[in-house]
Amino acid sequence: MILTNVGSVPGKKIVEHFGIVQGSTVRAKHIGRDLMAGLKNLVGGELKGYTELLQESRQEAVDRMSEQARQFGANAVVNIRFATSSVAQGAAELFAYGTAVRVE
Amino acid sequence: MFDVILQNFDLFLFFCLAVLGYTCGTIAEKRHYKSIIRREKELLKLMVVNAEGHFAEGVVKQSFLVNGSAVISNDYFKRMLAILRNIFGGRVKAYESLIDRSRREAILRMKQEARAKGAHMIVNLRLETSTIGRAANQKNQVGSIEALAYGTAVVMNRK
Repeated sequence: MILTNVGSVPGKKIVEHFGIVQGSTVRAKHIGRDLMAGLKNLVGGELKGYTELLQESRQEAVDRMSEQARQFGANAVVNIRFATSSVAQGAAELFAYGTAVRVE
Repeated sequence: MFDVILQNFDLFLFFCLAVLGYTCGTIAEKRHYKSIIRREKELLKLMVVNAEGHFAEGVVKQSFLVNGSAVISNDYFKRMLAILRNIFGGRVKAYESLIDRSRREAILRMKQEARAKGAHMIVNLRLETSTIGRAANQKNQVGSIEALAYGTAVVMNRK
């Protein structure tokens, strides 16, 4: 599965469009991590726990999106966009969407 | 002396947290900026553009999605400063450096991933920012900031 965020796959021709595909996930870290993040909030700096959490869940959102594209019979997803929103304390929704296409 | 501290425990705690936040936060910020500048110089050769690249046929060998993200939070002292700023208005410097740092860090991580996979350039860079963490849903409070950078890494056919 080729994933790009430009309108086409560079160097390849798009032969068929399948429309929008999307994947999303809502994740929360266990309470220990939240507590640590709260403590880290006092001194500032990077919150590694949250970075990890978001990277993991973004990967999952992308995986779900590619899975949907695969079901359509596509072999690439172009014009991918990411969005993030926080739905509750310590939980984040990660959302990825793009256009499923078939390239040569 | 001890009695005075006990009587004004709230004030004492606030003061301690502010001092702790100020010292740790300043040290961490300086160190972070130093490492950002060093790594930016290292990765200068890897081109990043935020336009869609148009490539001639046969030039591109492979292309794939790369992303990098960083969640960075402010210290206690700077958060107090920002709240005070809200009363008078004006530039909130405390948050400017926070956002700047997390964006640059995110771009650097993306570049590092691209370089590790052997890419020659990154096209169509997009930046996304969101506030997360426990204070994200409260009014007038920014707990921590997530910056996300993503783009398409391109591997060229080198002759």
